[in-house]
Amino acid sequence: MVTFILRKVASGIVVLAAISFLTYFLLYYSSANIARSILGEFATPEQVAAKEIELGLDQPLLPRFFGWAGNALSGDLGTSWFNSEPVARALMTRLPITLTVVVVSIIFIAIIATALGMAAAVKRGWIDRVVQGAAVVGDAIPSFVMAIILVTLLAIQWQLFPATSSIAPDSGSAAWVASLTLPVLAIVINGVTSAAQQIRSAVIKQLEKDYVRTLRSRGISEREILFKHVLRSAAPAGLTVLSLQFIGMLGGVVIIEQIFALPGMGALAVTSTTMGDIPLVMGVVIYTVIIVIIVNLLVDLINGWLNPKVRVS
Amino acid sequence: MSEIEVLADQSDIGQKGTVVRSHVIKKILRNPMGFIAVVVLVFMVLLAIFANLLAPFDANFANIGKTLASPDATNILGTDSVGRDVWSRLVFGARTTLLSALLCAAVAVGIGLPAGLIAGYYAGKFDGVAAWVVNILMALPGIIVLLTVRAAFGPSVWISMIAFGVLLSPGYFRLTRTAVQSVRNELYVDAARVAGLSDWAIISRHIFSVVRAPIIIQTAIVCGVAISIQSGLEFLGLGDPSVATWGVMLSEGFKNVYLNPSLLLWPALAIGATIGALVLLGNAVRDALEDAEKIKPAKRGSVQASNGRTAPGRAQTTAVEAGTEHHLVKVSNLGVGYPQADGSIKKVVDNVSFHVDRGEVLGIVGESGSGKSQTAFSILGLLPENARIVAGSIQFDGNYTVAPTDDRVSQSRLSAFRGKRISYIPQEPMSNLDPAFTIGYQLVTPMMRVLKISKSEATERALALLDDVGIRFPEKTFDAYPHEVSGGMAQRVLIAGAISCEPDLIIADEPTTALDVTVQADVLDLIRDLQKRLNVGVILVTHNFGVVADLCDRVAVMQDGRMVEEGNVRDILRNPKDPYTQKLLGSMLEGKEPMTMLVSAGVTAAEAAARDDESDEKETLQ
Amino acid sequence: MSALNEKVSASSADLLTVSGLDVEYPMKGFRRKPFRALTDINIHIKPGETLGLVGESGSGKTTLGRAILGLAPISKGTVVFEGNDITSADRKQRRSLGRDLQVVFQDPYTSLNPSLEIGDILSEPLTVQGQSPAAARKRVKELLDQVGLPSDAVSRLPREFSGGQRQRVAIARALALSPKLIVCDEPVSALDLSTQAVVLDLFLQIQRDTGVSYLFVSHDLDVVRHISHRVAVMYNGEIVEQGTSHQITRDPQHPYTQRLLLASPVPDPDRQAKRRNDRHELLAAQQLEAASGIPA
Repeated sequence: MVTFILRKVASGIVVLAAISFLTYFLLYYSSANIARSILGEFATPEQVAAKEIELGLDQPLLPRFFGWAGNALSGDLGTSWFNSEPVARALMTRLPITLTVVVVSIIFIAIIATALGMAAAVKRGWIDRVVQGAAVVGDAIPSFVMAIILVTLLAIQWQLFPATSSIAPDSGSAAWVASLTLPVLAIVINGVTSAAQQIRSAVIKQLEKDYVRTLRSRGISEREILFKHVLRSAAPAGLTVLSLQFIGMLGGVVIIEQIFALPGMGALAVTSTTMGDIPLVMGVVIYTVIIVIIVNLLVDLINGWLNPKVRVS
Repeated sequence: MSEIEVLADQSDIGQKGTVVRSHVIKKILRNPMGFIAVVVLVFMVLLAIFANLLAPFDANFANIGKTLASPDATNILGTDSVGRDVWSRLVFGARTTLLSALLCAAVAVGIGLPAGLIAGYYAGKFDGVAAWVVNILMALPGIIVLLTVRAAFGPSVWISMIAFGVLLSPGYFRLTRTAVQSVRNELYVDAARVAGLSDWAIISRHIFSVVRAPIIIQTAIVCGVAISIQSGLEFLGLGDPSVATWGVMLSEGFKNVYLNPSLLLWPALAIGATIGALVLLGNAVRDALEDAEKIKPAKRGSVQASNGRTAPGRAQTTAVEAGTEHHLVKVSNLGVGYPQADGSIKKVVDNVSFHVDRGEVLGIVGESGSGKSQTAFSILGLLPENARIVAGSIQFDGNYTVAPTDDRVSQSRLSAFRGKRISYIPQEPMSNLDPAFTIGYQLVTPMMRVLKISKSEATERALALLDDVGIRFPEKTFDAYPHEVSGGMAQRVLIAGAISCEPDLIIADEPTTALDVTVQADVLDLIRDLQKRLNVGVILVTHNFGVVADLCDRVAVMQDGRMVEEGNVRDILRNPKDPYTQKLLGSMLEGKEPMTMLVSAGVTAAEAAARDDESDEKETLQ
Repeated sequence: MSALNEKVSASSADLLTVSGLDVEYPMKGFRRKPFRALTDINIHIKPGETLGLVGESGSGKTTLGRAILGLAPISKGTVVFEGNDITSADRKQRRSLGRDLQVVFQDPYTSLNPSLEIGDILSEPLTVQGQSPAAARKRVKELLDQVGLPSDAVSRLPREFSGGQRQRVAIARALALSPKLIVCDEPVSALDLSTQAVVLDLFLQIQRDTGVSYLFVSHDLDVVRHISHRVAVMYNGEIVEQGTSHQITRDPQHPYTQRLLLASPVPDPDRQAKRRNDRHELLAAQQLEAASGIPA
């Protein structure tokens, strides 16, 4: 088990390194006019040249990358080129908001989708048709379009919720709840249906297994078969869906945050990439990839715990 | 099919009805959802192709004097905040959106499909490297990457769609790789290798046909995702402002949401309808290919009521026929069927009657499709959900488990018996144990539930049982997971489970078929010893007359759902009356002169084979 | 092609000679020992002869068939077919070998590509060998006739046929190029009893008509005894006993063969009771022998 974890962590580190380099490589070619756009159009060529040397833009790709990577390894992600805010601090103030939206959404999706998926698989009939039909609707409407619809109807037309959030990281819990309800709702509506659909088919697949019939023949109640045996065997499939949704959400939340004017990572990602603020872009990428790697590691661990065959080998 | 025909169908003896099939494309169009999807997509594609003809204005033509106008004769959907025609922009937007989705899918297929084919077919180093790249790509949140790409290459729809295509290629890669891996070791690919086909010929002829369908489904999904992401980027204002797209229109509408919310309506509708149609199309293709003809909900009124059978209720506790109470189990005129797509019922068991007494072993013999297992499962109440009891009754120890009027096995009535008084030994030892739980757990839990004993008592009993069924190290096996023991051992564990709650009747469904001959002999010995010692009744379902001779007191022979002969084991095996039983026994190799013809005396083997097919067909047609 | 022309002088009367054959599968993981599936296999088959190969699951009998066909990794020993060493024949050599060496697999459901029509399946080996479509069509008709299938089967899909009929299609495919040896890997194990009889008859008839040799792999000693001239018994990746069908079934020498012979039940209660007793006595005797340390 320990070697299993170590192997996963090691591969995560390699993935992180590869992605960092790839991103840096892409951004290297977009940084041609950065110094001028930082200083504005009235700066003299000498000032621009001085700024380029200050930012290290005169150096070739590899020394630049390794310089950045060395600092990053010691915990220093640099400062923003445009407003001189330390990257780590900028991210730490915004990350909690983004993570709250995503984690709360995924928890709701996990609970609702499991309940719906199992009900559809076991009861069939109308609830099955509703889940299958809803899956199409959920897939058809992207989460940001759903967000727009919710804002237009619930916030603007009926004024039940604030259209734009007014939260800061230190706002009280009431403000958080009010501001996060619509964003979370938009994400959940979009994600829950397809997750329910996947869990449904995973459960059906397990229900058709021979051992389920044998358990029934042994006098084990339908309830125990469902919650102890079937759910456990169907869980890996469900977890995979949820982890993929989680990764997708980290990206999708960028648009949602823009719609609700939430001060999360999304706004940071959009402004830093449009302006070419390389330290900030790298920071955003590194943080998201680390989160993804941690989530994947957790999923692998849970799957290993659920499936004795994986555990042994 | 009218009710009368259904009735006539049922009154026939033997298995009836065939599975209805039809062609894939026809099926997609016949599926209402598939039809709607095709119509919507064709409409969108036509809009995109004929945009120049359909749009009265250029996408960027702005009439500053007429902003945020309501629909009128010139601007049929009104105008936006700078006076551009909404309809024209919608139509041109369709072109950009669909083209970019296609580009994205093409890139994803172009990378994922060949890579998946190579990785799946040749495995080796390429597979290892590809798996790494896929892991990296799958760990990337799409929009963050696209933002980076935009920072690097500027705001181009096409470049971001190419990048997104690369990001989505792992989907195709995994799909293709899995499909190829599953086919690579299929026997027909081996046969092609033996024939000397080149790798390329094998891939194009045998393997590509397998991935084709999943690729089509995946493409429908990918196009939908591409449209959603592309609109999202445009919505963020990260697109090329000079190009009209649905995303830009959404963004424009959202800015003016307080002034004219209907500006949001059209692009949102277009996006939703297109992605929805793609999703529906994917589903329709999948359904059509899965060949799973949706079985119409059985017309309870026509089919069930017509033969007077209803869902079982607690009220129906009719007494069994006098003088038959002493039989442990008695099956009378049993008929089991499955509702078909056309509303008819396909009968798999027809007019089967037999009984088993305490301490008696009854063999049910037949070939595949004879209905022998279905008969056994009716007694256990473990028929598939959609199975219907179409005739007859089953009684256990003097009570009906299936009353003469029931159309299904009552689960509430049977759950009182199952596990406790009726138990089951399955055919395939490995798949009948839950791989996620230890063998001990799977033995202990039923005893705790059924016998209401404590865990420690159940554990003690389980260890004794494992010893009883001839397992040498009970403690070790108790703690093992199913995949850690051999097939023969797993079958002993299942037998231990079957006798754990001291049943009166054991139903064994081909209990030795999956085992090696030497292991089979040991397991037969075990079943015989236990049966004698515990004096239980046994119904043994098998295709092997040797197994019957070894264990059974009486035997029933089944063919095509009917029981052709029943009687004492010596009478049936030595003097079979029914021609089918004679044919089966004549096919036995034991005692035959080696290298002689078995069934084709006087004719060539080919003629005998053809004749055998004809007689089979006649039986099905009758 | 040079390997094909290299004549091996020994045992030229045999169609197939396998000598000292080992098969090892590499295991996943760094420096893991490979899995040894077969050890020191020696068999030979004469023209027109059937060698039956019997053993339990995992004994390596299927692997031996696959090794001869070039579908399993040979780590030692040689396979000589018609005097040519084919131990490591490449795909091109296999293509010309395909004319003389063919196969019928166990599972008639997965041995035919479900999406190809019967006509395409049967003409595949023909067109690979460069036959014209017209000639191939004619041959396919003959083949269907030979296995007792109607000629309209050409345009039908495998799923429209029963297990026994599919197995006859597989046999027809193997026969297409009039091979000299057919490796039959459990060809009747998935079939019902009466269908098995029909297919066994067909195998015998084809051998009488064409003089083809079979390597007939089965777990069922009764089947092997019925169809084979000689029988080899496999156990744990080795051949433990080899001899004429009569020798092996009347007077088995190896303890495993003795057990195997008495394990299969006979369809008569009284004779089966006797066989059961014989078996128990044999097992007791063998246990005694093992306990007293006398090598079996």
